[in-house]
Amino acid sequence: MQCEICGKAPATVHYTEIVNDKMTELHVCEKCAEEKGLHGVSSKSKLSISGPLVWMMDSMTSADEEKVGNVQCPTCGMRYSTFKETARLGCAACYEAFRPQLRPVLRRVHGSTRHCGKSPSKDSAKFARRREIQKLQDELERAVQREEFELAAELRDKIRKLESASGKKKKSSTKS
Amino acid sequence: MVSLKEMAASPGSWLDGSGPHADKVLSTRVRLARNLRNVAFPLRARREQLSQVLPSVVAAAEKSSSFSELMVLKSAEMSPSDKQFLIERHLVSTDFAEDSQTGALLVGADESMSIMVNEEDHLRIQVLCSGLQLGNAVKLASQIDDELDTSLEYAFSEELGYLTSCPTNVGTGMRASVLIHFPSLVLTKQISKVLQGITQVGLAVRGFYGEGSEIMGNFFQISNQTTLGVDEKEAVMSLEKVTHQIMEYEKKAMDVLMKDARVQIEDKVRRAHGTLQSCRILTSKELISLVSAVRFGISLGMDGLCDIATVNELLILTQPAHIQKLAERELSAAERNEMRAQMVHEKLLSKN
Repeated sequence: MQCEICGKAPATVHYTEIVNDKMTELHVCEKCAEEKGLHGVSSKSKLSISGPLVWMMDSMTSADEEKVGNVQCPTCGMRYSTFKETARLGCAACYEAFRPQLRPVLRRVHGSTRHCGKSPSKDSAKFARRREIQKLQDELERAVQREEFELAAELRDKIRKLESASGKKKKSSTKS
Repeated sequence: MVSLKEMAASPGSWLDGSGPHADKVLSTRVRLARNLRNVAFPLRARREQLSQVLPSVVAAAEKSSSFSELMVLKSAEMSPSDKQFLIERHLVSTDFAEDSQTGALLVGADESMSIMVNEEDHLRIQVLCSGLQLGNAVKLASQIDDELDTSLEYAFSEELGYLTSCPTNVGTGMRASVLIHFPSLVLTKQISKVLQGITQVGLAVRGFYGEGSEIMGNFFQISNQTTLGVDEKEAVMSLEKVTHQIMEYEKKAMDVLMKDARVQIEDKVRRAHGTLQSCRILTSKELISLVSAVRFGISLGMDGLCDIATVNELLILTQPAHIQKLAERELSAAERNEMRAQMVHEKLLSKN
């Protein structure tokens, strides 16, 4: 078979990747394998062996790809196309700059787009409070739907209490 | 302050074989990836920006209570052999070794805690424990993380968690792994089925030195892959469960081997032990394979063999850059092989 990247030379390097129960295969020629860093355990490869195929899987037309590739991060200047080649972002702001492109990628790699682990000790109380408020608000909606108004009133008071506590904290903290 | 040469004489405390299941699980490792706000990631940042990172991290580490003694090793002041030495000690990655002028390694007193600076991310907090101790390792790493973040501003977003250079690490930034020894599963040819099962539950399998290394000596490193959408506890839970499951399979395969092939197994172990005790030339590849057999014998309860701590020592201290460090001059491969055999011989003698 022919190389799946250049289409010119015969495919002699067969790369199989299993990530989260999903298997993907890539058949390429020596030259393309070298360029893409798929050569076994090359420590020079910029693409992590654990997931290079993820970045190549966007199914877009080449015109769209070029447009998307030119999106730039305003803080560090990295282009999305560079990210696709290196599988590395330039700075924290890139996550926001490439947000629409990254979401499906994150979903593919992790199966999720929302962090639920720990947060920096300075912020952990703030974030815990926010998660609690969100949870109570969901419960409040359900209580109202079921016409359990007494419960709803209780929940509303709890929410107010938490919100006013964080309000006080907001006034005294510096801009983060 | 200890020099690299002094380090070469003894292994890190995480190799002392004192942890739970230390005969089957060589070590547990937890790594947290963190970056500073307002500095671009290492692969993109300008040299001047990046050179601010190390002083900030050192200052933060000096204030933390987890690092009682702190050694700061700068990449720019290390030879390639020094870097190889640190790779052999499982303290840095090959990517670190290829870098740069701005990388550094901060090591605590017994090497169980360290921070790699300016590799792929600004900081990589690393904790190494003996045997299977995922809960403990996560706790220690998190403690170091909390102590550091009182003086550092991390790049963090409420939605995506800790922001890392590679999106495969975003969220918890945590990679937890265990280094295990499965000789029975390899001998009974069940290993590929087991490895497939591991990847199917979303874990990754690697060789002795981690990412990009080959499988040798029946040692495997299993790690979690997902860092977004799970919290730190959940992420290690499945790793812990799978490790226990595999230890059970290993035990069952071991029982089968001892029932059907006892004499052959014992013969293999005794020959390996005998070779280690008396050979004159030993390559590192052969050493790993012989050590794997002796380790097997120890877990089978055979007598007259050395202990787990010795076996671990042999694995680490006889690696090429280690031997080079102890020698006064540059050695050829043949000379290293001779020196290796002698070291092993002396170590085994002294432990009797």
